[in-house]
Amino acid sequence: MSFQPYVSPEQVMKDRSEYAVKGIGRGKSVIGIEYAEGLLFIAENPSTTLHKISEIYDRIAFAGVGKYSEFEDLRIAGVRLADLRGYSYGREDVKAKDLANAYSQTLTTIFTQQMKPYEVELLVGEVAADGGRNALYHVLFDGSVNDEKGFVAIGGHADTLTTALGSAYAEGWDLPTAVRQAVTALSSAEERAIGAQSVEAGVLDRTRPHRRKFRRLGADEVASILGA
Amino acid sequence: MTDGMRPLLPDAIGANPSFSDLLARQRPAQELPRAAAVPDGGLHGTTIIGLRHAAGIVMAGDRQATAGYYVADARIDKLFVADDFSAIGISGSAGMAVEMVRLFQLELEHYEKITGDRLSLEGKANRLAQMLRSNLGLAMQGFVVVPLFGGYDLARSEGRIFNYDPSGGRWEDRDFHAEGSGGRAARGSLGKLWRAGMDESTAIAVAVEALIDASREDVATGGPDPSRGIFPTVVVVDAAGARLLDDTAVAPVVAALLGRSA
Repeated sequence: MSFQPYVSPEQVMKDRSEYAVKGIGRGKSVIGIEYAEGLLFIAENPSTTLHKISEIYDRIAFAGVGKYSEFEDLRIAGVRLADLRGYSYGREDVKAKDLANAYSQTLTTIFTQQMKPYEVELLVGEVAADGGRNALYHVLFDGSVNDEKGFVAIGGHADTLTTALGSAYAEGWDLPTAVRQAVTALSSAEERAIGAQSVEAGVLDRTRPHRRKFRRLGADEVASILGA
Repeated sequence: MTDGMRPLLPDAIGANPSFSDLLARQRPAQELPRAAAVPDGGLHGTTIIGLRHAAGIVMAGDRQATAGYYVADARIDKLFVADDFSAIGISGSAGMAVEMVRLFQLELEHYEKITGDRLSLEGKANRLAQMLRSNLGLAMQGFVVVPLFGGYDLARSEGRIFNYDPSGGRWEDRDFHAEGSGGRAARGSLGKLWRAGMDESTAIAVAVEALIDASREDVATGGPDPSRGIFPTVVVVDAAGARLLDDTAVAPVVAALLGRSA
């Protein structure tokens, strides 16, 4: 029979945090921005099929950074939760707040009870109907949740991006401005130019004449915005 | 040595993109019951029409729900947009049928969100057949649901219509189909009126005319009634997507047909 040496809980949590932060730091970043007509999620992503940004429900979108398999797991769980809740009650009863709480609880459990924490950070955004307040939640690997306003950056270069956007951000940007500013910030954080081909962007557009407000911006659309 | 892998991998790997499977797993109480003994109290009687035209399909349905000799509702909808490129009409037991449509719509949306891809039209038609088959126990007890499914096939660039039997049999129609108690009368009418390569507006007029003919032959099919503002439900699907027509778009078609036959 083997005995495990004693390690204080404090040390265990510290080690896990360091492990998760290191993992997330290696990956790319995602920016969430409130603009005049809704919410923009935007990231550098060379892949056009392995998304960081996705639709969860009619007014709710998701973005994840870090280890793909892990945030993809969480994305699928989120779609399931949202669809089940919308079916059981009503479509308007599905809220970003509930999703953020569910993610927070799941990540807390994984962080405290599993050997290896998830190396992910998430954004959950919900666009409000006209005049209402959008919701933008940032969920960390250990389950902490932040309620964000205006803009938020997550992932490897979060701090650099937050500084860059903080000096530029103004309420009520239109979509092209938000895209251009975000790509400028991403490029300066990476210290190289990021082309339209490797930009992944999705919006929750409250003016979209459809129940489902999420829409991806294609490479052509991003290129024409950046070119203008 | 291959056994060494078994405990690590579940029977099926990957995320199951089916909403109805998820529902059965998570909320068994909310699933459509499979074989409970239930009295036959459902609402029957309908005509649902689907036909192909040059650019896509047109589907139309009457608005009446019947319980025996009683008109339970004069303006229910039995024809629905299923997703961006397909539509589903239902005949049979109203409660079960509407629930099946709701599940089917969610099935398509859930698949799209989980996988990031839209199901092919063929895939949608097959999935509907499987959902019907799982409802067979209820169908045997009188809760029969028979859908008519149509949509635009983006891979083939054409509209397609599929009809079903209650056991989940699936057949594709090259020209048109009509389902429900007034289906036989409507098919007779469509046989005379349908032409290959019709345009959309002609196809809408043909569908509405067949529906009017069916309402005159079948007591359980409600005809259009402009004086009460009751117009058939009409959905068109083409390369631009699926659109439910407004009553204001259907009213002139009905008026022209009723005026002619008066």
